[in-house]
Amino acid sequence: MAKIVVIASGKGGVGKTTTSAAVATGLAMRGHKTVVIDFDIGLRNLDLIMGCERRVVYDFVNVINGESNLNQALIKDKRIEELFILPASQTRDKEALTQEGVEIVLTELKQRFDFIVCDSPAGIEHGAIMAMYFADEAIIVTNPEVSSVRDSDRIIGMLASKTYRAEHNMTPIKEHLLITRYAPKRVNSGEMLSAEDVQEILAIPLLGVIPESTSVLQASNAGIPVTLDKESDAGQAYLDVVARFLGENRPHRFMTSFKKNFLTRLFGN
Amino acid sequence: MSFFDYFRSSHQRKTADVAKERLQIIVAHERSKRNNPQPDYLPLLQKELLEVVRKYVVVEDEHIKVHIEKDGDYEVLEVNIALPETENRR
Repeated sequence: MAKIVVIASGKGGVGKTTTSAAVATGLAMRGHKTVVIDFDIGLRNLDLIMGCERRVVYDFVNVINGESNLNQALIKDKRIEELFILPASQTRDKEALTQEGVEIVLTELKQRFDFIVCDSPAGIEHGAIMAMYFADEAIIVTNPEVSSVRDSDRIIGMLASKTYRAEHNMTPIKEHLLITRYAPKRVNSGEMLSAEDVQEILAIPLLGVIPESTSVLQASNAGIPVTLDKESDAGQAYLDVVARFLGENRPHRFMTSFKKNFLTRLFGN
Repeated sequence: MSFFDYFRSSHQRKTADVAKERLQIIVAHERSKRNNPQPDYLPLLQKELLEVVRKYVVVEDEHIKVHIEKDGDYEVLEVNIALPETENRR
């Protein structure tokens, strides 16, 4: 049975699109047929992060409006088998995403894929609600920073009230917390919320922690999902996240800084 | 924390602790608002109350506050109207 997974956060710039690309790629690397959909109508960016921006001809809204069929709009990734991208429209306004239209497209995708990853736009408006509405599971991307944590809590509230599962009294959406841009060193010195603190405030299970890493910008510069950079800490952290999402037991990594030597312990950093 | 930190900032609170405490308070507040939404009729009630009061006193829209509070098994409807200075009375 296909699973619809929304990547949400409320606040912008915390790493939703990076996470959508990395998780979708990771799932496909594990052999699952996966499609990742950009719900940010008017501000398409997933295509850039996935490195397929020059191959976009038709988009999500074209499919909803019947201007193209799904096969014409789906872009097959050239690196990973079983990975497809459905880009957002760059020109339309976001009201173009009707609930009926989204439902028809998702129903068709469910016949063909194991995982449908929905990259939500920032905010709590129509586009964000459409991205989460039909979800079975949600990955809440949060930075260890006050405004991001508060906005994540808003999104968690919306998952419990404004979605298909909530409105039809079904089993609630399964929520996962993903903390990104984590700097263990700053956590140790008391200037950044710890993963435990964030998890305690939001009270949903911790799926993983992605360390602040230069490899994330380098990956987006090149249009390569960071999961494909297996040498990088962020890439490895995302691979762990995908494994845990699939039900494997993997210990958390990248949550502590390197052991301090005697001199730094004495004099500080 | 280094050896010298004990002298530098022993009674200065870490900002991460401040952040956690602020978040716990605001998140709890916003959750309780979410879980006990105010009834739909409240805006209309506020509008009509304002119309009645305006027959007698000049009151700005923002000077009337209506809300319902739940306390255990009873609810309290609270109407708060700030009256203007005497010269504005009709």
